[in-house]
Amino acid sequence: MTLVQNFPALCILLTLVCAVLTSVLKRRSAAVVTGMVLVINLVLNIMALMYTLKTGESYVYRMGHFPAPWGNELRVGVLETGTASVLLLVVLLSYLGAYRRSMQKIEPTKYNLYGVMVDLCVLSLQALIYTNDLFTAYVFLEISTLAASGLIMAKQTGRSLVAGVRYMIMNLLGSSLFLLGVVILYSITGHLLMTPIHDAVAQLAASGEYQIPLDVTVALISVGLGMKSAMYPFEKWVPAAYSNSTATSSALLSSVVSKGYIFLLIKIYVRTIGMPVIESLGITDVIFVFGAAGMIVGSVAALRVRTVRMMIAYSSVAQIGYIFLAIGLGTMEGMMVALWHLLAHAATKSMLFISSAEMDEASGGTHLRKDVQGAFYRSPLAAFAFSLGAANLVGLPLLSVFVTKFMLGQTAVAVGGRHMAATLICLTISTLLNLGYFMSTAMSLYVHDGETGSRRKPDHLVRLSLAGFLALNLVLGFCAAPVYQTLLSGFAVFG
Amino acid sequence: MFSKWLMNYEETAAVILFCIGFSMMLFNRNLIKKIIGMDMMDSSIYLFLASQGYIEGHKAPIVTGGVQSTEAYINPIPSGLVLTGIVVAVSVSALMMALSIRLYHRYHTLDLDKIVALTGREEA
Amino acid sequence: MSDRKSDLPGGRFVRWLNQDQDVLERQMIAAQNREPDSDEEMEEAWRRERFLEDQKEEEVVASRLEALNERKVPVIGRVVYMLGCMLICIAMIMLLLYTVTTLPGFGGEIDPAQNEVPRRYIEQGLQETGALNIVTGMILDYRAFDTLGESTVLFAAAMVVLFLLRLDPESNRYSTLAASIREEPYADTFYEPKNDSILQHTAKILTPVAFLLGIYVVLNGHLTPGGGFSGGAIVGAGLVLHVTAFGFEDIRRFFTYRTYQRTVVTALLTYAFSKTYSFYTGANGIESIIPLGMPGAILSGGLILLLNICVGFIVTCTVYVLYAVFRKGDV
Repeated sequence: MTLVQNFPALCILLTLVCAVLTSVLKRRSAAVVTGMVLVINLVLNIMALMYTLKTGESYVYRMGHFPAPWGNELRVGVLETGTASVLLLVVLLSYLGAYRRSMQKIEPTKYNLYGVMVDLCVLSLQALIYTNDLFTAYVFLEISTLAASGLIMAKQTGRSLVAGVRYMIMNLLGSSLFLLGVVILYSITGHLLMTPIHDAVAQLAASGEYQIPLDVTVALISVGLGMKSAMYPFEKWVPAAYSNSTATSSALLSSVVSKGYIFLLIKIYVRTIGMPVIESLGITDVIFVFGAAGMIVGSVAALRVRTVRMMIAYSSVAQIGYIFLAIGLGTMEGMMVALWHLLAHAATKSMLFISSAEMDEASGGTHLRKDVQGAFYRSPLAAFAFSLGAANLVGLPLLSVFVTKFMLGQTAVAVGGRHMAATLICLTISTLLNLGYFMSTAMSLYVHDGETGSRRKPDHLVRLSLAGFLALNLVLGFCAAPVYQTLLSGFAVFG
Repeated sequence: MFSKWLMNYEETAAVILFCIGFSMMLFNRNLIKKIIGMDMMDSSIYLFLASQGYIEGHKAPIVTGGVQSTEAYINPIPSGLVLTGIVVAVSVSALMMALSIRLYHRYHTLDLDKIVALTGREEA
Repeated sequence: MSDRKSDLPGGRFVRWLNQDQDVLERQMIAAQNREPDSDEEMEEAWRRERFLEDQKEEEVVASRLEALNERKVPVIGRVVYMLGCMLICIAMIMLLLYTVTTLPGFGGEIDPAQNEVPRRYIEQGLQETGALNIVTGMILDYRAFDTLGESTVLFAAAMVVLFLLRLDPESNRYSTLAASIREEPYADTFYEPKNDSILQHTAKILTPVAFLLGIYVVLNGHLTPGGGFSGGAIVGAGLVLHVTAFGFEDIRRFFTYRTYQRTVVTALLTYAFSKTYSFYTGANGIESIIPLGMPGAILSGGLILLLNICVGFIVTCTVYVLYAVFRKGDV
């Protein structure tokens, strides 16, 4: 085994060590160490991505001296390393972009603990992406939940505490349902690792044994992870959590925490239960309906709110609806689209959060939608980033979300029937609604009403972060075809 | 069906406990009661899990007298998983308790609906 | 929003002539808006700002409380919510009860769960891990990654709880939370030391026993039932008993926040590094150089004893710290 193959496991352990060390550091050094951890993780993951791209195969990394059904293991392929690299880049950029602001908002003597939570989020994200074991996934789900609740409550105002409570209650229900699902799956297959479960489930499906427990398991796991990642009827915690936390926290929550859960769900569908079994169970139809409802309801709610942060939060609900709609199509192509949108959405949404925080500050610390009018003349870079992100989410051609919509339509046509009609109708309505709220806000940024206030010079970290986000989004948009092809090749060795 | 429930009595009990915990979380507005419900849910899952490893007449999996055969011991995996799970449940309830303390100090009530009403509308 | 003109020499004078703003007042505003230099200044500024925000929030909450008390509670919404919850709960219990009837029978020997995985743990566990207690061998060697995650969960929870509840030692002047935790109505430590003689006598007898039992359970985790988690919890309970009986002043002589930090960091790092070693050697097919020892002896089981001790320290400290922070916001 070459050294590069060790990197995913080493990243996880290194992040853990740094999280522990950060807990005893002083404020500034804690911030620097956290930044360093993010950079190192990103570099190592990109190297692992290069390696997997070169070999084109996925490999299994044993965590210990014992092989598959006995010990824990990680599984590393193009898809895993690629997702981890993009999401880690997003984390790094969000961290840099809101670095100064979160330094001001968070109690100085406890800033090191905030660094620990960022580290733990990154740790659990990587563990969720790489793990090949359901129980390990549960343990890291809980770490992720705890760390994310810490991130939400970081401001320690009454509202953020309430947001934290609502987040925790919903997420703990979700974890419990997920664990119950895993336990039932264990009792009918006798395994916890994904690969042996896949074989056992295929056997069960062939013999027709234990059909009902299998059904219930898939339902419990889907609902559990759906609750945790803000699937439509369980999205009540989202607005409060996203709009009352610091900018870093909301960017991390929307880009990393919920995306890790969705990646795990895709992994369970494709690799653990297996697509043929999933198709025969019919659970995907329910997810399809939830996704479609989320697309519409999230957008309608976003139309009515008055603050920019809330608008972005509700638009997250709608975008996550897209992901679940794609999963709900129940085909491999649908999963692929879901995965693509996961990356595109993470990159775009974090950029929106960071740039809107910057614009709010330039407009005198307000959060209201009407107050950001003319923000382009106060902080041009942030306004440009915001409008690019908005245009992307609306579905401007040549950008990444357009690819999602296009591929989603194509996949739905291939599936045909009622799915096709529903998908196309929902896509149209949702795009129109998106146009309604995003474009009106983005246009108002450029309105010059004489009194635009003084121009604010963002510090170089913010500029670096926004430039990085713009580059990432443009790359995902313009180079969509090669990136998509790479992911597709990764999907071939995923299952 | 009744005979099946009687046969799987431990799982049946676990499932009933799970639903009691679940409904406590949904019906109660009091934070502490919600936490209790959550703990019950977790514990019932561990009961369910532990019952998966039990084999009639076998002993706890600690090697005694050099006997190493599956005839003698129960399945050790669920026991280990329960051990891991308990710690997770403890951590989570510690966090929820801490949150309740903070909320109580600010709002002087544990009624979640009231607390939400006291924070006011989001966009004010 | 800085005005360029006033920064020029003489600009201030021009402004003063125009009676825009008082020069002195301007300087005071500038001093307030200036970025604080040192960490102490920053902390002080944060506390001051926080105090004002807290006060504002308290007022808003108080005014809302009045409005809330006057308002009628909407009954219909509540009833609809209850009915919905009832439906969900009934559906849930029906579904799960039905699932139970289709599961493999309780206590059977040929369940799907009794396959080659537990067979190897039982038949070869002693030879491969060196632990008589198969469960300990399983969680600390075969499935060690899970258990590392489990210690991390505990660590994460402790960090979030400390974030929420640990009071800044300097915050007395400002924080209302600090005041309310340290002052009369809520602070149960206010009346310390309690000097309850029954409690103190019991604690004198029980604390050493709890410590010894806990240490025994930790050290024999690979031989008898128990291990780091259970033993650590027992020792932690001993510490809690001691605090309840003799007060925080007494325990501060040997256990402070620094002790907690040092112990947990050392233990977790030792744990993480030793597991990194075994993961690395395992994945790369290198023989581990750690001897398994004589099965049944106290010094056996490879890394398991060391890991159990680390976990024991983590759990002990975390249990005590959670208790202390809950009670008075500090260790």
